[in-house]
Amino acid sequence: MGVGESRKRVDAFAKVTGEARYTADLMPEGLLVAKVVHSTIANGWVKSFDLSEALAVPGVVKIVTCMDVPDLPFPTPGHPWSVEPAHQDVRDRKLLNRRVRVYGDDIAAVIAENELAAVRAARLVKAEYEEYAPLLTVEQAMAPEATAVHEEKPGNVLAHSEFTVGEIPYEEAVREDGLTFVDRVYETHPVQHCHLEVPVSYAYEAEGKIVVTTSTQIPHIVRRVISQALGIPVGKIRVIKPYIGGGFGNKQDVLYEPLNAYLCQQVGGRGVKLELTREETLACTRVRHGLKFHLQGAARKDGTLVARKLTVWSNQGGYASHGHAIAANAANMFKQLYQDEKALECECYTVYTNLTTAGAMRGYGIPQSCFATECLTEDMAYAIGMDPLEYRLKNCSKAGYTDPHLGIGFHSYGLEEAMKKGAQWIGWEQKRKDYENQTGPVRRGVGMAIFCYKTGVYPISLETASCRMILNQDGSMQLQMGATEIGQGADTVFTQMAAEVTGITEDNIYIQSTQDTDVTPFDTGAYASRQTYVSGMALKKTGELFREKILDYAAYSTKRAAEDLTIRENQVVEKETGAPVAALAKLAEEAFYSLDRSVHLTAEATAHCKVNTFASGACFAEVEVDIPLAKVRVLKLVNVHDSGTLINPKLAEAQVHGGMSMGLGYALSEEMLYDQKGRPLTDNLLDYKLPTAMDSPDLHVEFVELEDPTGPFGNKALGEPPAIPVAPAVRNAVLHATGVAVDELPLSPGRLSEAFRKAGLM
Amino acid sequence: MYDISKCYQAKDAADAVRALMEDETAIVISGGTDVLIQVREGKLAGASLISVHGLPELTGIRMDEDGTLVIGAAETFSHITNHPLIQTYAPVLGEAVDTVGGPQIRNMGTIGGNVCNGVTSADSASTLMTFDAVLELFGPEGVRLVPVRDFYLSAKKTVRRQNEILLSVQIPKSEYEGYTGKYIKYGKRNAMEIATLGCAVRVKLSPDHTALEDLRIGFGVAGPVPMRCTETEAAAKGRKLDESLINEIGKGVLAEVHPRSSWRATKEFRLQLVEELVKRAFREAVEKGGGSFDA
Repeated sequence: MGVGESRKRVDAFAKVTGEARYTADLMPEGLLVAKVVHSTIANGWVKSFDLSEALAVPGVVKIVTCMDVPDLPFPTPGHPWSVEPAHQDVRDRKLLNRRVRVYGDDIAAVIAENELAAVRAARLVKAEYEEYAPLLTVEQAMAPEATAVHEEKPGNVLAHSEFTVGEIPYEEAVREDGLTFVDRVYETHPVQHCHLEVPVSYAYEAEGKIVVTTSTQIPHIVRRVISQALGIPVGKIRVIKPYIGGGFGNKQDVLYEPLNAYLCQQVGGRGVKLELTREETLACTRVRHGLKFHLQGAARKDGTLVARKLTVWSNQGGYASHGHAIAANAANMFKQLYQDEKALECECYTVYTNLTTAGAMRGYGIPQSCFATECLTEDMAYAIGMDPLEYRLKNCSKAGYTDPHLGIGFHSYGLEEAMKKGAQWIGWEQKRKDYENQTGPVRRGVGMAIFCYKTGVYPISLETASCRMILNQDGSMQLQMGATEIGQGADTVFTQMAAEVTGITEDNIYIQSTQDTDVTPFDTGAYASRQTYVSGMALKKTGELFREKILDYAAYSTKRAAEDLTIRENQVVEKETGAPVAALAKLAEEAFYSLDRSVHLTAEATAHCKVNTFASGACFAEVEVDIPLAKVRVLKLVNVHDSGTLINPKLAEAQVHGGMSMGLGYALSEEMLYDQKGRPLTDNLLDYKLPTAMDSPDLHVEFVELEDPTGPFGNKALGEPPAIPVAPAVRNAVLHATGVAVDELPLSPGRLSEAFRKAGLM
Repeated sequence: MYDISKCYQAKDAADAVRALMEDETAIVISGGTDVLIQVREGKLAGASLISVHGLPELTGIRMDEDGTLVIGAAETFSHITNHPLIQTYAPVLGEAVDTVGGPQIRNMGTIGGNVCNGVTSADSASTLMTFDAVLELFGPEGVRLVPVRDFYLSAKKTVRRQNEILLSVQIPKSEYEGYTGKYIKYGKRNAMEIATLGCAVRVKLSPDHTALEDLRIGFGVAGPVPMRCTETEAAAKGRKLDESLINEIGKGVLAEVHPRSSWRATKEFRLQLVEELVKRAFREAVEKGGGSFDA
């Protein structure tokens, strides 16, 4: 019972049998269907519409265009709202936009009696544009002649920031004889989350409220943003979040819920559904930012890292979404992972362009940062002729490190141990030797990468979470969390935590999986890798309060001192001896129906978390490279995670498998591509190359399980980290195999063949 | 929901042709794995469909008295791969169609659709080219037989008329007996993929397995339509098996193919694959036939 057991998921049977209901399963009969009309240019203005043909389609109820929507710009990222205007998210889009900023921008919406009519009419909406040259790269967007994607940001730089570590600047730090330098550009491109369930919602008015049921990670934030976008009070909006088929950060953005609510208003409160296609999901929701890094590093021959410098340009796409937080996060990990003896300089730009808007995606800037950081680290180790593992062990952040700017530290530290464990598993020392000096067309190599990752978002952003526990007449518990189950297993680990704290066994705990903002306590939602940590704190606090209330009642009922009692396995027992005092079921019945003292025992608490801790880990990859075919086969892959105490080891392992698979796609095949007009080329799952089961090796997982003193149950981040280190480990393994350093992701056949040709291997 | 104006299930082949003649805008649908995608994309939105799904004249895999292998046009890829006649007499065709998409697609998609779709990347097409397969078309004037090598006109265009349906794909005995073959599909991943390049090689070795009696090389995506490399084939015929022959074939085909650059792959990379894949497929086909290059 409790934390540390590999219990079955609480939703396993429901999900396997199909009993679990998702947004589309809950839709009532008779909903109208909405389809968004997307622009066919990437940059410009909508001058006018011709709706005559579209309106003539039988079944069309109404067409709303960007000329009609309220002038209320709103922000979309799933951040806690800031009460300080300077820290509020950028409000840079309307429900539909006349100023077209991406190819496929939302310019109109059709509401029809059925899907076919909506699709037909949407195809017949004719828009006339004033078109500007599309700005697809940060270089194009920062050029003096570039149009302003948002008129309030001439020059297109959404934000710029810089920081340094050390007493002296980089240039001065490297004025030392005998240093070895690496100076390279590393680049990542946009990829997409590809959650199984596409964004889908439906909205209707009832009892004076707009009710929106949606596939989201962040129901309470969706409610606030609908309020901002429609200009109606929060209390008039009710958001319901049932089971969802994955999010990975895309649904940590408020995507189409405000438009759905607005369209519902436009038809007098009738129910309207809005479900995206896969193509729209890839082209018109969010992607992971493409980041371009210029990195410089200097080290002594003995392997001492002396100084580094980072400049990063983040391609934001058309709207701010999560904005500069991504590039800033990327620079932070570059700083946090290694210690430079003398100096570190970082400078970050986030730039509006006309590509698909980039937002949150598993790892929030760190997969990109880890790629660049770990390419540089590898290239520096090669440059001074040192084993890359030894070089990392020498220079990585050590136990007790605290970020000098943010104050985040390793409150538990397993990074070095993770490296050693991974090296052991893959046979590092032997294979580094075995694979030296190969000459054939097919060559093997091993590579590695490490990372660190902050668990929550404190102190950059507010961390708050709430929980409610309600006693039933039979001594069982209703558990209500503001935090959301998005497939990651949150409901299961919360149930285990509740059992651990209250002494009520898991089979007597009924977690309410659906969040309903009219009922559910406030939590900002599933994002970062925060829920077991921050929401776990709320749960622990609530559980302790709940237990205390039960024991108070037990003390009254049994005429004993509450401090001598505790609850174990649904029994009130003597704390010292464990001797049974009262069955919880009996006690609960009494509490409900006592003619002397009737009370409904409930507890509710908010945890305002003001602490944060680093998780870390390592990935090791063994690859076989078929040079003439420009193909990489991953033979072995291991992730080792330092994530504190595991709440549910089996679920933790599954979490890592999923992340590693995502990392493999990032490493080798996934990439959003656009033509010169900014039109997406890979907006379908044929051309967007997610790896299939046939492309994945066995994924091996190890943990360094150290209790973190700041975690409510010794735990720290695990949700995002698995996806982080795989791509650079694969890149470094390819470097070992072939001697060719590929500095851009993914290592697709096209990119590899070019690199091999340049290196004279082809 | 698909935007289809009509869908008529034909009762038999003659009924299908009659229906196609009645509605000149109608198109044939069988497994639907290509047509429905195009309907959904809008390219065939509002289409009028005539279904030949499950028609007896288009089903079944059999061997005629003269040894001709007859594959019904509406046979699915997975049936073809698993059929004993294919496994015995033309295993390479079964292997080739087993590379299409994923299991669900292979259970629905048909060889007739694959061929009639007219695309260069069809996984069955390059192999059928090496078999000199014959296509049995049925239209208002009855049956006509068209060699697959004359079937393709240009990208997505074939000699099949709007009111004709494909009944079967036929492989004469002389075309399969004594041959071994290998198809290599190159894609960016190992399933759910359309070929970046497809290469089929079939060989017939001398009785002592030391020389090449016949060679057939077929490519997909090496030009606008599936193609053969007849000059390289002719030059290699009768040659002794050795490493230099492999290299000559690799270089030889480069003069015959015409791949183009697209965002999916550059012409240079496709040429690299043409040379490399033909060498690998040739080596394997020979080894399957009991030959070797050790001498």
